[in-house]
Amino acid sequence: MLNNFPLWPQQASTLAGHVDALYIFLLIVCGMMTLLVFGFVVYFAARFRYRPGVRAEQIEGSTALEVTWSAIPFLIFMVIFAWGAVVYFKERTPPADATEVYVVAKQWMWKVEHAEGQREINELHVPVGRDVKLIMTSQDVIHSFFIPAFRIKQDVLPGRYTVEWFRATKPGVYHLFCAEYCGTQHSGMVGDIVVQEPAQYEAWINGGSTGPLSASGEKIFAELGCATCHRSDAQGRGPNLKGVFGKPVQLEDGRTVTADENYLRQCILDPGAKRVKGFQPIMPTFQGLVSEEQVNALVAYIKSISASKPEEGAKASASAAASATAPRVQTNGSQVQ
Amino acid sequence: MSMETAIPHPVERENYLNKEYGVWSWLLTTDHKRIALLYLVSITFFFFIGGFFALLIRLELLTPAGDLVQADTYNKLFTMHGMVMVFFFLIPSIPAVLGNFLVPLMIGAKDLAFPRINLLSWYLYIIGGVMMLHCMLTGGVDTGWTFYAPFSTNFTNTKIVEAGLAIFVVGFSSILTGLNFVVTIHRMRAPGMTWSRLPLFIWAHYATSIIQLLGTPVIAVTIVMVAAERALHLGIFDPRLGGDPLLFQHLFWFYSHPAVYIMILPSMGVVTEIIACFSRKRIFGYSFVAFSSIAIAVFGFLVWAHHMFVAGMSVYAALVFSFLSYAVALPSAIKVFNWTATLYKGSIHYDAPMLYAFGFLGLFTIGGLTGLFLAALGIDVHVTDTYFVVAHFHYIMVGGAVMGYLGGMHFWWPKISGRLYPEGWARLAALIVFIGFNLTFFPQFLLGYMGMPRRYYDYSHMPEFQVLNVLSTAGATVLGVGYLLPMVYFLWSMRYGKPASDNPWNAAGLEWKTSSPPPTFNFDEEPVVTWEAYNYEELDAPHKEEVPVAR
Repeated sequence: MLNNFPLWPQQASTLAGHVDALYIFLLIVCGMMTLLVFGFVVYFAARFRYRPGVRAEQIEGSTALEVTWSAIPFLIFMVIFAWGAVVYFKERTPPADATEVYVVAKQWMWKVEHAEGQREINELHVPVGRDVKLIMTSQDVIHSFFIPAFRIKQDVLPGRYTVEWFRATKPGVYHLFCAEYCGTQHSGMVGDIVVQEPAQYEAWINGGSTGPLSASGEKIFAELGCATCHRSDAQGRGPNLKGVFGKPVQLEDGRTVTADENYLRQCILDPGAKRVKGFQPIMPTFQGLVSEEQVNALVAYIKSISASKPEEGAKASASAAASATAPRVQTNGSQVQ
Repeated sequence: MSMETAIPHPVERENYLNKEYGVWSWLLTTDHKRIALLYLVSITFFFFIGGFFALLIRLELLTPAGDLVQADTYNKLFTMHGMVMVFFFLIPSIPAVLGNFLVPLMIGAKDLAFPRINLLSWYLYIIGGVMMLHCMLTGGVDTGWTFYAPFSTNFTNTKIVEAGLAIFVVGFSSILTGLNFVVTIHRMRAPGMTWSRLPLFIWAHYATSIIQLLGTPVIAVTIVMVAAERALHLGIFDPRLGGDPLLFQHLFWFYSHPAVYIMILPSMGVVTEIIACFSRKRIFGYSFVAFSSIAIAVFGFLVWAHHMFVAGMSVYAALVFSFLSYAVALPSAIKVFNWTATLYKGSIHYDAPMLYAFGFLGLFTIGGLTGLFLAALGIDVHVTDTYFVVAHFHYIMVGGAVMGYLGGMHFWWPKISGRLYPEGWARLAALIVFIGFNLTFFPQFLLGYMGMPRRYYDYSHMPEFQVLNVLSTAGATVLGVGYLLPMVYFLWSMRYGKPASDNPWNAAGLEWKTSSPPPTFNFDEEPVVTWEAYNYEELDAPHKEEVPVAR
C-alpha cells in the first residue's frame, strides 16, 4: 500500500516546476510564521502562567509594534502576490504557436478532437516537449479540466470557449480529473493524459485518422449552405470569412472586436449579438442545429481559411469527415431550445 | 460524572429560567436570554444532523470504491452537510446563541432593541429549518451547497427550489438578528458605556451584523433568480438563452464569501474575551482589534471572486481580487498578533475556555496561512476545487468558528445555566476536539496538493489517495466524540453541576455584574459604567473552585 502513497504529485509539465517553487516558498514562509506565532504563544503561556501572588502587568498596546507587525506581513504578502501573479500569467498565456486540441465536456465524459482528425474519449495523447493548447467547451453544465501532474486546471463552460495550455516534459500516463462538480457521475469523469515520445505520438496521431478537423468543418460549411451568403468574392449577403480569424471586426453598433474562437462561435449560435457593420440581420441562429463538435469543426475550418499559408488538410476527403456530424444527443427536458 | 443526587441551586432568587415554567412561557418569550436558549437547542439539533452527514461522507471515503451509498446519495450528503452546517448551524451559532444572550448584558441593556423581532427571527429560523428537513426527507438536493448554474437551474431534478426557499427564509432570520444588534448597540448602551469601552465581543458582533444586513439580501435575490430560471427559463444564467453562468457565481460568492466572516468574526470576539480573562489583562491594542473587525467586514465584501480564479474570468480581474484577498488577510493577522501579545506578562490560567481559545489560535492560524496559498493566483489554479480548499475552509469554519463557539459556551455556561460544568471533562474534550480536528483535516491539505478533487464519491481510479483518507476518517470519529462530550456534560451539569457564583472567573464585563443566571431584565438597577473594558488590574484571580454558599 505504501508504494501507492506519494505525498507529492508528479511533475510532468514546464509549469509544474514554477507552481511547486512558489508552493515550497510559501510552505517555508508560512511555516516560519506559524512557528513564530506558536513559539510566542507557547513561551508566553508557560513563562507567564499563573503564580500565586504574581499579578499580570497591564499593557495598553503599542502603535509602533502594530505598525511593524502590519507592515512586515504586508510586504511578505506582496511578494507572494506578485510571484503568484507571474506564475498565473504563465499558466493563462498559451504560446502563439501551440498545437490546438478541441475538448468538449459533457455529463460525464471528455471528448477530445485533434486537428489531425483523431478523436478520443477520456484520454488525451500528447507528445513530450510540444506546447499544447486546449480549446474547451461544455455541452451541458460547468466542468473543469484538471491535470494535477501538470498543475493546471480550467473550468469548462457551456456557451463559450475557455483555454488552457501545457508543455509535457515526461512520458507517462497522468490523471485527468473533472474538478467542478457536475452531477451524479462527477467522480467518474476521469481519464488519462498519455504523454508519448514524439515518434510514438506521430505514429499514434497518423494511425486510423478520419481526416483533419478543418476538413470536417468545410463539409459542414457546405452542408449547411453557409457558402450561399458567406461567399469568397465579397458579393455575398454575409461577410467573406477568408482571412477573418484573428483580425479586428467592426460591428454595427460601433464596437470593434477581435475575431477569436469565442467570437466565431457566438456568431454561429447567436448571430444577432455582434453583427458585422454593413450587413443585414438575416442570418438564422444555428443554436440547437449543430453540435458542439460541429461548431468546433466550423471554427477550425474558418481558422484554416484564415491561415497565411493554405491548409493542406482542407483537401482531405469529405466522406471521412462525415462521422464528425453525429447528431446532438442532448435530451434534457428542462431546456428551452 | 457518577450518579449523584441533584444539587439544588442555593440561590433562590428569581431569574430568567425559574420565573415562569411551561411551554408557552418559552415559545412566546421575548426575553433575549430565553430566545438564545431556543436557538441553542435548535442549532445543536442541526449540528448533529450535519455531523451525521459528515460521518457518512467520511465512511464512504474510507475505501476508494463507491460502496457504502449510491453516487446520488453521496452527492446529496455533501450538499446537505454544507447547507445544514453553513445556514442552520455556523451562521446562527455564535450570534444567535451567545450574541443574543450577551449583547444586551454586556452593554448594560434590559433586552435587545426589538424583542418581538428577535422572537420572530427564531420562528423564521424554525420555519426555514422545517422546510429544509422536509426537503431532505423527501429527496434532498444534489448540487453542492454552492448551487452552481446551469447545473442547478437546468439540469438537476432534485429539490432546488424548496431548499432555496428554506435558505431564503432562514436568511431573513439572520437579517433580523443583525438589524436587532446594530440598533441595540447604537441605542441601548448603558450610561458611560462609550464605543471605546465596549467589549471587543460587541465590536465583533457589530461588524458581523453589518455583513448580515448588507450581504444576506444578495443571496436571497440570487435564490429568487435560480427559482425563476428553473420555473420560467428566463435565461439569466443559461448561455443558450443569452445568460451567463458566471453571473451566478459572482452573485453567490458576493454573499457567501462575507458569510465566512459572519461565522468567524463572532468567534474572534469570543476568543478575545476569553484571552483577556484568563491572562488577567487588558487586550493588547484594543482599538486595533476593534477596527480590524470593521476592516474585515468592509474588505470582506471586496474579495468574492477569489473563488473563481479558474472559472473563466479575465486575468486582470483575477489580479485585483488576489491583491484584495491579501488586504483582507492583514486585519486577521493583526488580531492574532494582538492576542499573542496579550499573553505577554499575563497571569495565565488553563481553564477549559482558555484551552479552546488556544486551540482556536492554532487552528485559525493554520487556516489563515493556508488562505495565503489559495490567494496566490499561480497556486490556486492547482489547488482550487481540491481537498486543499476543503481542509482550508474547515480550519477556518470548524477549527476557528466552532472552537470559539465551544470556548464561549464553556466560558459563559455558568452565567447561562447558573451551574459549573465539570472542568476535567471539559479540558479532556478540548484536547480531543483539537487532536481529532487536526487528524481529520490536516491529511486533506496533502490530498489536495496531490490533486484529489473535492466532491468525489469514488476514487478507485486513484487508489494512492486511500491512506490519507483513512487517516482523515479515523480523525473524524475522534472529532465526533469530542463534540458529543460537551453536550453530555452540559446537560449533566444543569442538574448535577456545582452552583456558579455571579462571577466565577472574576471576569471583567457587565454580564458578570449581575446574578447567575441573570434576572429577566438583566440588571436590578441600570448599571453606570465608569471604567474601561478589561479592567483586570482591579480583579483578583478566578476563584471558580470556591463554590458560593447559599445566600
